[in-house]
Amino acid sequence: MREFPEWLRIPLADAVDVAMDWVLANLGGLFDWIGSVGLQVLIAVERVLIFVPWFVVVIVVGVAAWRLAGTWKFGVQMGLMLLAVGLLGYWAEAMTTLSVVIVSVAISIGIGIPTGILMAWYNPVKRFITPILDAMQTMPSFVYLIPALMLFGLGRVPATFATLIYAIPPVIRLTDVGIRGVPENTIEAAKAFGANRWNLLFDVQLPLARPSILVGVNQTTMMALAMVVIGSMIGNRGLGMEVLLSINRVDIGKGFEAGLAIVFLAIVIDRITNRFAAVNRETAAPASNDEGSVSQSA
Amino acid sequence: MTTGTTAGASRPSETDVAAGRAQPPGGDVAVRVENLWKVFGRNPEKILKSDLRNLPKTELLARTGNVVGLRNVSFEVKSGELFVLMGLSGSGKSTLIRTLIRLIDPTAGTLRVDGEDVLAMEHAELLNFRRNSISMVFQNYGLFPHYTVLQNAAYGLKLRGDDQKEREESARTALKTVGLAGWEDYYPSSLSGGMQQRVGLARALATDPDILLMDEPFSGLDPLIRRELQDEFIDLQDQLGKTIVFVTHDLHEALKLGDRIAIMRDGEIVQVAEPEEILSNPHDDYVRAFTQDASPASVFTATTVMDEPSLLLYRWQGPRVAHTELMHHKSDWAFMVDKKHRYLGICTEDIVGGLIRKNAKAIESDDLIRPEPVSPDVLIEDLYGLVSTESYPVPVVDGEERLLGVIRARKILEALHNPDDEEEDPDA
Repeated sequence: MREFPEWLRIPLADAVDVAMDWVLANLGGLFDWIGSVGLQVLIAVERVLIFVPWFVVVIVVGVAAWRLAGTWKFGVQMGLMLLAVGLLGYWAEAMTTLSVVIVSVAISIGIGIPTGILMAWYNPVKRFITPILDAMQTMPSFVYLIPALMLFGLGRVPATFATLIYAIPPVIRLTDVGIRGVPENTIEAAKAFGANRWNLLFDVQLPLARPSILVGVNQTTMMALAMVVIGSMIGNRGLGMEVLLSINRVDIGKGFEAGLAIVFLAIVIDRITNRFAAVNRETAAPASNDEGSVSQSA
Repeated sequence: MTTGTTAGASRPSETDVAAGRAQPPGGDVAVRVENLWKVFGRNPEKILKSDLRNLPKTELLARTGNVVGLRNVSFEVKSGELFVLMGLSGSGKSTLIRTLIRLIDPTAGTLRVDGEDVLAMEHAELLNFRRNSISMVFQNYGLFPHYTVLQNAAYGLKLRGDDQKEREESARTALKTVGLAGWEDYYPSSLSGGMQQRVGLARALATDPDILLMDEPFSGLDPLIRRELQDEFIDLQDQLGKTIVFVTHDLHEALKLGDRIAIMRDGEIVQVAEPEEILSNPHDDYVRAFTQDASPASVFTATTVMDEPSLLLYRWQGPRVAHTELMHHKSDWAFMVDKKHRYLGICTEDIVGGLIRKNAKAIESDDLIRPEPVSPDVLIEDLYGLVSTESYPVPVVDGEERLLGVIRARKILEALHNPDDEEEDPDA
């Protein structure tokens, strides 16, 4: 009697399997098509990254960082960090990894921001989506590797799909938070002057939510990068695959090298996107003290 | 508004107020509100149809959770009239002004603006109405922090679809009208509260609306700035002659600006009358209490804001002693008194220097600068003019001309301190 009765058990696993079978049988063609388009996009991005000479990438990143931060030190740091990835011998792998990150973040933004806007506009949508986001973030990521594998086969497409699911919640949540955080009196003023919903969105809500949205993009990017190793389990090449191989071969030295390369790549991406968000925070609402410091330095 | 017209110069004289304004200018009805109700909460229509609507506010809230925001409100605003809605917070005045532009939809009643039924408007018509016929100024300015002053002022025009050149021109003109020429490219956050509200006003004027709604536009500002803006606003209204609905909780502001005043309580209009009549013939005890409710400025006297002078010079001290004293206290000037502590005037470094050069042995009363002293029981509101024009503190003297203390402009602001808003001069 103390044990949980068997007859009360819900056969959820069977239901999921049945649903998955149905999807594969009926929508297989659709997923094949998505898969092949996705693969071409991924390959194109990777080709561009590999085609560009390594020193150009290092210099471009360094200069971009310098322009963003306004200090050349930051630019040099970021350039050196990226250079270190090459010095460790993982340049090509890093570019492959980067292509998956770029594509999955781009799709995350494309889906995530509109979803976040809908959540902010309609409370029922928020109530419906919030638990889904919770599940996406807490479900062990290995679990959705299996359906990804079944839908798209092996390779970087299912890895991108899994990365997308894992990484998209922050950009959705922070878009919602940012838009909801726009002061009511600003909204009211825009309405009083005859703003319709789209005026309100593009003139007021998105610009004022931008700092928050960019923090979301930063977090999404970092989470995408964190999926690199896991994605390699379903055949995603790149830095993650190197780590995975080292684990299989118990090659401590190699594993450490590849791991370090991921860390450097992560730091570069994080610092630069973070800085970008910070710059936007300042321009979104220039503080009065900025004015003072400008006139002082002038 | 920059024209620098002295306060009240172009105002109608007192006789105008008494005689002429009994009939508000124009005469056409611009805004007509009839039997307007607003019930907040669930099932507002149901509340409205039942007898529940006649329950007192607190009882209704306890029984159904509903709040009556507006209770059978009717009034008319004539074209060109400045109509003031006055009441304490929670009296429904902010709700009422928002229903006029349908930022809040009333539960029942009719609302006509220039003959048009505003409540019957479809969404597109409503947007059109807001873009062309009416605009609003908000208590918290409601400016867009990511837009420059110019872009803020041009926002209504942008929504209306005016092309860029046209709307920038109109916005510049509006900014000039409110005295902000030269500030076009700044962001609102670098402006003081008073200037931000000028931007708010420019934004409202830029679309050249027939009707202007102003929701406590000057309440967040400190007293000196508020008075200045009120005065400029009066001048402006004399030129523009807009129909204005103006919300305030400040009786003095209402009396100063309003052609007619509607006093609200618990969502009802208690009395609508001209300022004179509100004072002379209050409808009930509530209105009477209101008119007796005086602002700190009309209660506090000079004594409450008076300070000890930080340095006093004495008549018998010669120029050299005075010079040393001033140097020692790192001051450019000081009040001077005689043996009986009677106020003589202000002695400055320049005066002392001049006397030393002339090798004078004593300082005479005639050498001194002599700002007019005030008595200790003068009201603070009567001091505004003095402290804002004088660069020296105002001396306070008793019946025998003895110096009791000095009043600094700062101190007056502190006494009437408004915690919401600290005025800062961006020029400083």
